[in-house]
Amino acid sequence: MAEGTLEVRIWRGGDEGSFGAYAVPARENQTVLDVVTEVQRRFEPSLAYRFSCRVGVCGSCAMTINGTPRWTCRTHVKRVAPEGRLTIEPLRNMKRVKDLACDMDGFLDKWASVGTFEGTATRADPPAALDPANPARQEVDAAIQCINCAVCYAACDVVAWDPHYLGPAALNRAWTLYNDARVADRGAVLESALQPGGCHTCHSHGACTEHCPVGLSPTASIAGLKRASLLSMLKGGRA
Amino acid sequence: MSEARLFALQRLTALVMAPLVLVHLVLIVYAVQGGLTAGEILERTRGSFFWGLFYGAFVLMAAIHAPIGLRNVLREWTGLGRRPIDWLMVAFGLLLLLLGWRAVVAVVGGGA
Ligand code: HEM
Ligand code: SF4
Ligand code: SF4
Ligand code: FES
Repeated sequence: MAEGTLEVRIWRGGDEGSFGAYAVPARENQTVLDVVTEVQRRFEPSLAYRFSCRVGVCGSCAMTINGTPRWTCRTHVKRVAPEGRLTIEPLRNMKRVKDLACDMDGFLDKWASVGTFEGTATRADPPAALDPANPARQEVDAAIQCINCAVCYAACDVVAWDPHYLGPAALNRAWTLYNDARVADRGAVLESALQPGGCHTCHSHGACTEHCPVGLSPTASIAGLKRASLLSMLKGGRA
Repeated sequence: MSEARLFALQRLTALVMAPLVLVHLVLIVYAVQGGLTAGEILERTRGSFFWGLFYGAFVLMAAIHAPIGLRNVLREWTGLGRRPIDWLMVAFGLLLLLLGWRAVVAVVGGGA
């Protein structure tokens, strides 16, 4: 049983606001999400925050913890705050709605702007046979596990500097669509990733990859899109 | 011009500049041995078609490469609109070309 008390500061309000301070008992096994929940249950019933699965699947619980974007349900307090001091804020690069909840519209609109899955198969067709050893399929497999947590989007300085920039998660999604043999118009997916604010805006500095909680590399996916754009240009394509 | 083309052009010009910079550096190391005078440099460059082409090409590459890079920086760091930045960069590229080629003419032109 860990002893003592955590000194916790939590953002209250929207873009304008201030920190509330709370003393939360330190426990042997305690995630940051546990701390936020305990604050809401015991001290601050009006505290707004998001979570759902509590096991790192849904991607809804991300926040800024001591200045770093992280998923909170799988972040243990002992690992990120050995001194017992926690400052918890909403994710960066999005409008703050209330307390720890931010407006995800910009992030999700950009995600949708690179295209959604549109296949060629109909209900009558048998399921597509996908060869796991196929190189394009391996590119998809390496990038597909994104949980839409927006941690990378908050970590990226270029998103902060250029509001038009699609950001790592959307471009990572474009890369999985572009390499998916079942997608009807892969050229159109590439084209949407090449729009102003698309993959060429990335400086490859890798903050997204550094912070992605599920260990994806949007940086590599974006480099792949840049490569694909050069190839398509050499072949006289739509770039 | 599309983002993809500008991106490709910036890498391409960097690719050309890299060996030119290396040759330039090696030449500096070679030239400073036994002292360096303006006369000695001009003696090498005056009327030299090769050095004119060499430095003229570098200027052209830099005049393409630098505005593309600076365009990204201005987009991220200033509130200027995309259109104004594009025109500003065209002007900046032309300025680099003008100043660079004038300098090349100054060392290559004249003499025998
Ligand atoms: C006259 C000299 C040069 C100037 C003024 C210049 C200027 C710039 C600028 C302003 C950028 C944009 C930086 C950014 O996007 O963060 C850039 C990018 C770049 N430069 Fe140069 N450059 C020069 C020479 C070179 C040379 C000789 C090379 C290669 C050997 C080179 C390779 C690159 C590369 C690869 C990038 C892309 C970096 C990125 O997108 O983050 N540059 N350059
Ligand atoms: S690698 Fe690209 S997308 Fe990732 S943080 Fe850097 S600029 Fe953003
Ligand atoms: S790429 Fe990683 S950090 Fe970005 S939204 Fe997906 S899971 Fe989250
Ligand atoms: S609550 Fe679902 S990922 Fe954290």
